[in-house]
Amino acid sequence: MLNNAMLNTYAPAQPASDTPAPGLSRRSFLTASLAAGGGLLLAVSLPRFVGEALAADGPFAPDAFIRIATDGTVTLVMPQVEMGQGIYTALPMLIAEELEIDLAGVRLEHAPPDGKLYTNPAIGFQVTGGSTSIRGFYEPLRKAGASARTMLVAAAAQMWGVDPASCDAAKGVVLHPASGRRATYGSLAEKAAAIPVPKEVALKPVDKFTLIGTPAKRLDVAGKVDGTATYGIDVKLPGLKVATVAACPVFGGKLKSVDDTEARAVKGVRQIVKIDDAVAVVADHMGAAKKGLAALKIEWDEGPNATLSTEEIVKQMAALATSGPAVDDKKVGDVAAAEAAAARTVKATYQMPFLAHATMEPLNCTVHVRPDSCEVWVGSQVLGRAQATAAEVTGLPAEKVTVHNHLLGGGFGRRLEVDSVTQAVKIAKQVDGPVKVVWTREEDIQHDIYRPYYYDQFAAGLDAQGKVTSFRHRVVGSSIVARWLPQAFANGLDFDAVDGAAGPYAFPNLHVDYVRHILPEGFVTGWWRGVGITHNAFIVEGFVDELAVESKADPVAFRRGLLANDARARGVLDLAAEKAGWGTTLPARTGRGIAVLFGFGTYMAQVADVEIGKDGAVKVRRIVCSVDCGVVVNPDTVKAQVQGGIVYGLSAALYGQITLKDGRVEQSNFDNYQALRIEEMPEIEVHIVDSREAPGGMGEPSTAGVAPAVVNAIFAATGQRLRQLPIDPDRLKGA
Amino acid sequence: MSFTLKINGTSHEVDVDDDTPLLWVLRDVLGMTGTKFGCGAALCGACTVHIDGAPTRSCITTIDTVGDSAITTIEAVGASPAGRHIQQAWLDLEVVQCGYCQSGQIMSAAALISDNKTPSDDDIDNAMSGNICRCGTYARIREAIKHAATAYAGEAK
Ligand code: FES
Ligand code: FES
Repeated sequence: MLNNAMLNTYAPAQPASDTPAPGLSRRSFLTASLAAGGGLLLAVSLPRFVGEALAADGPFAPDAFIRIATDGTVTLVMPQVEMGQGIYTALPMLIAEELEIDLAGVRLEHAPPDGKLYTNPAIGFQVTGGSTSIRGFYEPLRKAGASARTMLVAAAAQMWGVDPASCDAAKGVVLHPASGRRATYGSLAEKAAAIPVPKEVALKPVDKFTLIGTPAKRLDVAGKVDGTATYGIDVKLPGLKVATVAACPVFGGKLKSVDDTEARAVKGVRQIVKIDDAVAVVADHMGAAKKGLAALKIEWDEGPNATLSTEEIVKQMAALATSGPAVDDKKVGDVAAAEAAAARTVKATYQMPFLAHATMEPLNCTVHVRPDSCEVWVGSQVLGRAQATAAEVTGLPAEKVTVHNHLLGGGFGRRLEVDSVTQAVKIAKQVDGPVKVVWTREEDIQHDIYRPYYYDQFAAGLDAQGKVTSFRHRVVGSSIVARWLPQAFANGLDFDAVDGAAGPYAFPNLHVDYVRHILPEGFVTGWWRGVGITHNAFIVEGFVDELAVESKADPVAFRRGLLANDARARGVLDLAAEKAGWGTTLPARTGRGIAVLFGFGTYMAQVADVEIGKDGAVKVRRIVCSVDCGVVVNPDTVKAQVQGGIVYGLSAALYGQITLKDGRVEQSNFDNYQALRIEEMPEIEVHIVDSREAPGGMGEPSTAGVAPAVVNAIFAATGQRLRQLPIDPDRLKGA
Repeated sequence: MSFTLKINGTSHEVDVDDDTPLLWVLRDVLGMTGTKFGCGAALCGACTVHIDGAPTRSCITTIDTVGDSAITTIEAVGASPAGRHIQQAWLDLEVVQCGYCQSGQIMSAAALISDNKTPSDDDIDNAMSGNICRCGTYARIREAIKHAATAYAGEAK
């Protein structure tokens, strides 16, 4: 079942505002009841998109719970998972701000994919991704906090026989200043459960915030510095076996036969498990499992993709760029007429490679299949899907499948997929007792669900003054949405592939369209940090930079001219330029480039300073990043997300590419799928715009903004325009 | 083969093949899961432990090479002053994101400042280059190492 959280997660970015976006329903979002075990239980539901599969006026389906226990502890039970983005700290801040309690007084629990614990079965499809956590919860959680406080105050006033308006609430206590009476939230929690949920509550204005906007300490870190934090891969169970796996190296291939004589002789190896497209070695420990796997003699039926190569795929995409069929995304004005009247047209083709995620924690999943139940231990961004696939593979009803969620050693979109869960359950079905299936790094890189390859074409018309009169952008790429969220794949248009395809700019004549490329069966593409914006920001900002050059305009001034109607976009552009010292002279072989973008409700600009070695090596010296992400919940987290997103995006810009040869991925580990290392780290400055707009997402935009800024800086330094990632130093040799 | 290992000051007896990497003995045989698996090929540093004080990639250190050397893991690095200062700086500067690489980062960093209480940027680059962080916490790692080294040097006086 798909519900709102999905669409909410990957719907095209809506301009941020304080009122619900158009298309959102306004049905009741909060219910209250007596908590099991005493106290007050509030169920919070997020705004839903109207017209989507789950009827907007359907039964109340909570997305999070707030429990105020009789001892005064406040627990937020929610499905959002902590992947390092600081969400475990930011969401409690929203509640604590309005509830008037200390942040330290809020505890967090994962919602299991079994809502019955909290009386309502419909937690549905839980997702963390697409920078939606703060955006989705910003208003509902504050309202929930304010409602709970109002109910607690009402309970106290009732008990004392006074007017609620004569009471105050602070630090978890209701006070009646006139009489000096006081009652703790804990003592009031059960009485409050009988008070009706207020229809309207007033929320604090932004300038009255005492907690939101302060650099609160992360709540989840202590266990991460002493080895006690438990990720999926750290699960311990009595009788647990460890397995490692080899899937057919050719996508879509099958297992033909396996000679396991030698593998069985390895000390600690317990069992060899065959499934249709993979073989697993089950052992006492991973060392034995890996040794056993290496000792297997496997024959694969490589299937129809045995000759597939990247060149072949790119050739197909290039042909599609010309032949279509293309589906329109945006059409403004009359592009053909504008092109005919243009003084000049500029055309370019841009390409982006397939990418793996390479989360630091390799994929893993622990499963125990029993005749009448199944337990799964995993770090996942989509618990509901994990549960559903386990139910399907085992043939058990979903309520017989329990999923235990764990910390994620990085998500980046990879853990929005459950392919490894499906595989682990298939293996576990053949194993007596619990088994932890751990992918080697090689398996993780060679059997990822990859960021799509994109092959994009542009044409822009310029008038005699160098003003852009028309802008045409055709996106060619595989569709993630068609596979992952099919009901949102409307009329052949993948909203993610074209998200940001015209940048934040207002072009008088505009045409964006999309051609879907279908990959061979078994080779699958999926979400990757920054999703559609990461693709389009690189491509659009590179091309707009070309237009600035063609127009002999300064890249910042040129962009400003295209942003006449967008003050927030101009704001970040000018701020980054000013802080970076735009226009000051730079040493030889050094260049400065800029990129600006809007995505996930956030405006951002980045200025990169790069230095090019004689050998073509690119050293990124400094990134100055300005960001307008609306109200900042936790500025320290915003800074950390910017820094981290830049490193992720820069790793991809400098090194990231997955290539295919003979149907196999050529990369395998961090030696040939490189990640940025500490000595390559640029200096990063983050400037946050003071804003009252609703919060935008911060998990993704910085990943999107760095590659175009760097590539534009490379042009400034060398005159070489790179229209393809990763950056090829050979093209910059001696440049 | 049976091996006796000295880990965090305690002796442990394990019975595994002699070419078994120390990483899996720690994690799967002894249940000390603070030490992480990232690549299995000495490329990422997630599995870093100290062997007689030296930062070592446990994923390529076979058990038969350890002998009676003293192994220290993330679970006990806080018992040494260098480790304690590093952990504290990590918390004070909010270094951690997903946290998965941080056991290895902390082990490498603790080894660095126990030898060098005034690490330069180059010293930090050299000591930490083998530790990948996909969440991109490098800037804070550098800052935290400097903080920890300063605090440690101050205490040692
Ligand atoms: S797991 Fe040992 S260095 Fe990566
Ligand atoms: S904190 Fe996530 S990999 Fe370093």
